[in-house]
Amino acid sequence: MNFNSNLLKELVSVYGPASNEHLVRSYITEKIKDHVDDIEIDALGNLVAHKKGNGRKVMISAHMDQIGLMVIDIDEKGFIRFTNVGGISPLVSLSQQVVFENGTIGVIYSEPIDDPSKLKLENMYIDIGAFSKEEAEKSVSIGDICIYKSEFSENENVIFTRYLDDRVGCYIAIEAIKSISNPINDLYFVFSVQEEVGLRGAKTAAYKISPEVGIALDVTSNGDTPKAKRFAVSLNEGAAIKVKDNSIIAHPKIKQLLVDLAKKNKIPYQMEVLEFGGTDSGAIHLTREGVPSGVISIPTRYVHSTVEMASKNDIVNCTKLLIRFLESNFDL
Amino acid sequence: MDTKTLLELLCNGKGVSGYEYTIKDTIVSAFDKYSDEISVDNLGNVLALKKGSTKEDNIKIMLAGHMDEIGLMVKDIEDNGFIRFTNIGGIDPRTILGQEVIVHGKKDLFGVVGSKPPHLQDPSEHDKAIKMEDMTIDIGYSKEEVEKLVNIGDTITIRRELLNLQGDRVASKALDDRAGIAVLFECIKELGKIRHEADVYFVSTVQEEVSMAGALTGAYKINPDIGIAVDVGFGTTPELSKSDTIELGKGPGITLGGNIHPRLRQKLTEVAREYNIPFQMEISPGPTGTDARAMQITREGIPSLCLSIPLRYMHTSVEVIDMVDIKHTAKLLAFFIASISNDSLEGLLCY
Amino acid sequence: MLLKRLTEASGVSGNEKEVRDIIISEIKNHVDSLKIDRLGNIITYKKGRDTSKTLMVTAHMDEVGLMVTDIDSIGLLKFTTVGGVDKRILVSKPVAVGRDKIKGVIGAKPIHLQKREEWTRALNINELYIDIGAKSKEEAERLVNIGDYVSFYSDYVEFGDGLVKAKALDNRVGCNLLINLIKEVNDISFYGVFTVMEEIGLVGSGPAAYEVNPDISIVLEGTLCYDMPKLDSHLIPTYINKGPAISLIDRTTVFNATLRNKIIDIAERNNIPYQYRKTSMGGNDSGKIHITKGGSITTTISVPCRYIHSPASVMSQSDYNNTYALLKAILAEFEREEL
Repeated sequence: MNFNSNLLKELVSVYGPASNEHLVRSYITEKIKDHVDDIEIDALGNLVAHKKGNGRKVMISAHMDQIGLMVIDIDEKGFIRFTNVGGISPLVSLSQQVVFENGTIGVIYSEPIDDPSKLKLENMYIDIGAFSKEEAEKSVSIGDICIYKSEFSENENVIFTRYLDDRVGCYIAIEAIKSISNPINDLYFVFSVQEEVGLRGAKTAAYKISPEVGIALDVTSNGDTPKAKRFAVSLNEGAAIKVKDNSIIAHPKIKQLLVDLAKKNKIPYQMEVLEFGGTDSGAIHLTREGVPSGVISIPTRYVHSTVEMASKNDIVNCTKLLIRFLESNFDL
Repeated sequence: MDTKTLLELLCNGKGVSGYEYTIKDTIVSAFDKYSDEISVDNLGNVLALKKGSTKEDNIKIMLAGHMDEIGLMVKDIEDNGFIRFTNIGGIDPRTILGQEVIVHGKKDLFGVVGSKPPHLQDPSEHDKAIKMEDMTIDIGYSKEEVEKLVNIGDTITIRRELLNLQGDRVASKALDDRAGIAVLFECIKELGKIRHEADVYFVSTVQEEVSMAGALTGAYKINPDIGIAVDVGFGTTPELSKSDTIELGKGPGITLGGNIHPRLRQKLTEVAREYNIPFQMEISPGPTGTDARAMQITREGIPSLCLSIPLRYMHTSVEVIDMVDIKHTAKLLAFFIASISNDSLEGLLCY
Repeated sequence: MLLKRLTEASGVSGNEKEVRDIIISEIKNHVDSLKIDRLGNIITYKKGRDTSKTLMVTAHMDEVGLMVTDIDSIGLLKFTTVGGVDKRILVSKPVAVGRDKIKGVIGAKPIHLQKREEWTRALNINELYIDIGAKSKEEAERLVNIGDYVSFYSDYVEFGDGLVKAKALDNRVGCNLLINLIKEVNDISFYGVFTVMEEIGLVGSGPAAYEVNPDISIVLEGTLCYDMPKLDSHLIPTYINKGPAISLIDRTTVFNATLRNKIIDIAERNNIPYQYRKTSMGGNDSGKIHITKGGSITTTISVPCRYIHSPASVMSQSDYNNTYALLKAILAEFEREEL
């Protein structure tokens, strides 16, 4: 299986902050529509693609949405004040470029401050280069959401880009959809909305689908950079199989099944014990009578920055592991 | 089986949130004899049903005691074989230093939690607590051996057998909430002696300490008319304010607050008075942090109650309860259940 | 299993009786004289070949622990520490109170009722208490007296690759070594001395040395061990599994270099692994022994113990065996008048 740079590059470049995922939804729909039996868009905007099979009903979730900044005020001189949509770090945001859905570009800067460690979003603003409120309001309205703008780069090892979180999960789901031709299990691929603001899309999608098993695809952190907080996940060491995060303790049997499949198929893997964060499986497992759920995570450096980095090998290994999982007969 | 015997078996068992299946069989074999049906659901809740006497269209009462316990988890292995770990559920890191633990690897492995010895610390450090990230677990093997026996993600429990103190008081690492399951067990035995109309589901729930996943999904499945959580409450000790706590040996705390159905709660106190069962009020206007809250917001909403067994030193490995409170709590539950009829329920639920 | 019996016995400094009784029952048939002095030290003599010098081998019997200072209005016990106990290791542990070993626990405030910053602060002794399950002051008073000694409640466990966990390995491991020397070494004259109250200021050893008046003294100990990876090696006091630790200097003694070099030479000739104790922190009975009367040449040989002074200290059986082998070799050298 080769790494499809082009697909990932396109995915990370499509606009789609939490609650405003329609462009990325259309993009993904185009990519998968010839490979699935049925496509549905639910009330919150989740894209649900069904690949029919006779075995277990499995929900695979990767979230389409991304973190962003929402306009809450435009002052007389045209400076924009904002709030966060999802986990936006003041430190990371300082001096970044942003882009709105209509293509308007801005930069983020802060009021003069004495102590940079006390930087808060409320002391920061977006400058779109307008010279008055009226001029600014021609391109931007209160309530609009912008996203970080940065360049996609790669070398033979890694990708450097904004928004691997979680377009890389979408990438893996799309690759799996394309490569599975005759599914054993009954597969519901969900490209979920509003994960970044509280796993909201996955919650309603799981209720509607009522799966027997849930699996989420998302980025995780790393512990291999200088003085990183201790965490036994490193870039390029394989697919990360989640044991826990703050949203879920992965079902022991799903976790073990993933480990066994990785071993059997010689797919490099690592165990992920994450002491913070959460992902769609956190919502899926609490649905209705409970859904045994797990997570395949892509080790990623600098999550929620404009320079997220992941290893191409890891991405391919995560994809292989997902496909093996979906193509197995499992017993719970 | 004697309730104390079951409690001891459960407390000495090891079932960190998400990994409760290790004590499932103990619960099933204890409850089986007294239940009409018993099953284990998707996430591992153990559901024991004792049917009511009218047989058809009975109202359903769900009792929830959580079977998980707080614990630790392997997060990395050091070059000398020492294990680095994180916590599952709320743990004061100060209660972990110097503990003996069992690492649940390929087999159960004895270990000791250590850190930099005080003799080697700067005296200014002596008043600071050791952080969990600065502690290690020593299981006495080299890294190569450890890697054969232990995986990242394996759970860890404190090695502590139930300890009998004076009178009816006992100390253990997991009375929160194995004591609740003991109450359920005592209650199912009590109900064998008295007539009750309701179908009663005795549910040992999973993952209360991390997400209340068990109560949420269990209540969804059962869809009961009344949900009752049996958990532990802060026992009175000198460093705590009296108004935040309930006293050991003086009966269950009956929770009062937004998560609790007011009329049913009133009925519960009436039953306690009628049968001379001691009780205390436990004030919790916000989220109770118990399965009662999880049940309350399930489906269309479920009228919920919460009974708390007074417990000292919650979330340490030396939690203390008085067995007398288990008896009182179970009795109160049984008489309360018997007092609810298919006909009377509607009136009780009226606001 | 002798070390199990020794470590599971209570012998908090000043209250060594239970340990002393075990030791006496073990050695009484193997010594030429045995006396318990006025402080409670056991002083024994074994007569073998005559030598020109007097050799004394010592180990202290006592351990760190707690003492009841008050019983509060609801029957909880307030306490103080006896010897160097890190207050931070007490929370959430079981203990045994008084001669009848009444079980109690040291609890802590529930995490739910704490502010986050409370976790970062060590709890002081005056904030802690022992709960024996008594329902009232009167009930507690029937079972416990103010002044009762309290020891950690911790069993002997063998685990891992030849390791042992127990309380009080400092210094029951020294007692065990000395007991075995007394039982097994028969043709050498030496004093075997078990001292009291080392942990509260080296109380017993001075008077014992005064009585014996040795020329050469060997102090047997369990000592500090902290062998974390990535630590600078000069900051590691001792390693586990690297053999007996030979002291260089501590807070109470600068150890005699000639004797030390002879011991190292003996170790090397006999292929016994050894290491230096590299920290200058701590002190032991040598501090009194080497300056009593006219003074004596003194060495301390220790078994490394992780988590010393806690309810769960850890040592290696191979370190024990190597320490014992070294001691026997030293005694043989002494017999040849070459020490």
